[in-house]
Amino acid sequence: MPAEAAKPGRLRRFLDSDIGWSFRRTPAAWLSTLVLSILILTALFCPLIAPQNPHDLAQVFIDKAEIPPIWSADGEWPFLLGTDPQGRDVLSAILYGTRVSLIIGFSAVLVSMVIGVSLGLAAGFYGGRIDNLLMRLGDTVLSIPTLLMAILVSAIFRELLPPGLRDPFAAAVLVVSIALTSWVQYARTVRASTMVERRKEYVLAARIIKVPAGRIMRRHILPNTLTPVMVAATLNLGLAILSEATLSFLGVGMPITQPSLGTLIRIGNQYLFSGSWWLVVFPSLQLGLIVLSVNLLGDWLRDALNPKLR
Amino acid sequence: MPAFLFKRFVNAAGVMLAVAFLAFLTFRFVGDPVELMLNEQASQQQRDELRTRLGLDKGFVLQFATFVGNAVRGDFGISYRNQQEVFTLIAERFPATFELVLVATFLSLAVGIPLGVYTAIRRESVLAKALQFISVLGVSLPSFALGILFILVFSVNLQWLPAFGRGEVVQLGWWSTGFLTASGRKALILPGITLSLFQITLVMRLVRAEMLETMRTDFIRFARARGLPARVVNFRHALRNCLMPVITVTGLQIGNLIAFALVTETVFQWPGMGMLFVQAVTFVDIPVMAAYLIVVSFIFVSLNTLVDLTYAWVDPRLREDALSGGANAR
Repeated sequence: MPAEAAKPGRLRRFLDSDIGWSFRRTPAAWLSTLVLSILILTALFCPLIAPQNPHDLAQVFIDKAEIPPIWSADGEWPFLLGTDPQGRDVLSAILYGTRVSLIIGFSAVLVSMVIGVSLGLAAGFYGGRIDNLLMRLGDTVLSIPTLLMAILVSAIFRELLPPGLRDPFAAAVLVVSIALTSWVQYARTVRASTMVERRKEYVLAARIIKVPAGRIMRRHILPNTLTPVMVAATLNLGLAILSEATLSFLGVGMPITQPSLGTLIRIGNQYLFSGSWWLVVFPSLQLGLIVLSVNLLGDWLRDALNPKLR
Repeated sequence: MPAFLFKRFVNAAGVMLAVAFLAFLTFRFVGDPVELMLNEQASQQQRDELRTRLGLDKGFVLQFATFVGNAVRGDFGISYRNQQEVFTLIAERFPATFELVLVATFLSLAVGIPLGVYTAIRRESVLAKALQFISVLGVSLPSFALGILFILVFSVNLQWLPAFGRGEVVQLGWWSTGFLTASGRKALILPGITLSLFQITLVMRLVRAEMLETMRTDFIRFARARGLPARVVNFRHALRNCLMPVITVTGLQIGNLIAFALVTETVFQWPGMGMLFVQAVTFVDIPVMAAYLIVVSFIFVSLNTLVDLTYAWVDPRLREDALSGGANAR
């Protein structure tokens, strides 16, 4: 199918389908999609949009330190949301920080999904001892509070890296520690549907003609287990972004040199009593807005894909 | 029943052993404990002595067995940072965390249950819909950001409540309590609310879902038909039937609250176990980290097991199921 011809048709088809109809009818769904698209686009293209590159020292002026937002009496153009004590523009820092937060959130969900789906497929397909081992492992992960586990894993990984590599790999460490604590849910859902699918005739047929097990799992069973995985992934994206922000806020996440939204809130928290409220309020609002839209979208998706509620 | 009990205990013990193994691995392989505990001028002989004293010259399995044995007796070693016994450090901080969690649990029930009942009974009202939306909002805003915003409004701007610390505490034996002084109670308000907000939305959604389910059943319809006043039907008949899952979830969530308290404690500089842990993480004080992990997981796993057992005790169907291997379908 040529991609050019398929593209408009696909959008049309989506809007005409059951899900598309529910999407158009639910304001929470399309509003949050709209907000989320704007946030993602502004974050991805932040070097073009942001008034200033907060990481470029040549663009930061120390004499412009701690300017309040534009609508207060001392506000100054172009610092719409004010500046921090180093003279960095808060709006630009938020846009760059959102990019960091979103990249980590999406990667963490992707990695945990890959881990969870593969383990779930293996557990459901082979059953027996492998299944038992993997599921016990999952139970153990779930029996430790997630946040605690994530802090511990990221602290251990950081400590194992040589000091010079800690900052460049901070994002990777966060992705791994969030992924390692959140794969169980995917594994459980995929395992459950794999156990149902593997007894069906198309799988038996594939086995009879000697399709290798890995290929049966990937090409035959996997596509039939993906619907609940998608819902879980959307809802977990909100959680992953929150976890990243919490870890960064506690000081075990992104360093000050490449701040995420959580790091910005951590920095702003230190100036709470000096009256510079804008340093902490705006990053918090941005974080809340992202997670809120993701959660609303996830809630809608869960209901829309649930056949019982149709 | 004994078989069921045994199975639950073996499960819990297995999980605790896995947690202990994780803690042990951290302790053993993240940095060399000998290097971390001695200063740079220590001689080779001192190093070897310490190595022998810590049992690091023994085999891996034996070391792990010693670690578990010590942990069971509450001996978690000595903090790298301030050379105090880890057990004493944690015991000192425990009351602060416990009182915070207690207040948060109380708030979540006292606020969450009425809100849940209201949103279920007046499902179509504007206020109920607004509350539903606020509950999504409450789940989306991270608790540390909310805590900071509270400090900004109530401590910095209005100056009504303290922004950090426990206020004055009274020592009752080894327990220190903030409930007995005015400043102690005042200091509990903001951290308590911050910690409980997520929990409130959870209880509210749960009560609402359960109420909606119960309101559809025959015995409620019958109670209505008998002409009982709405208040009696809603609270004495419907709500009572919803309380069991609420109590379960609250019990299970206490473990999570203790873990989550570390964020609230950091925001409000609350001198509890969580803040001890966060400080330990920044200083790579591994004995404290390992001990905290074991203590919190122990509370978590015990609560889970306890709730399971209570369930089996209260609900005879589960007991039967457990005995006959799940053959007796409900």
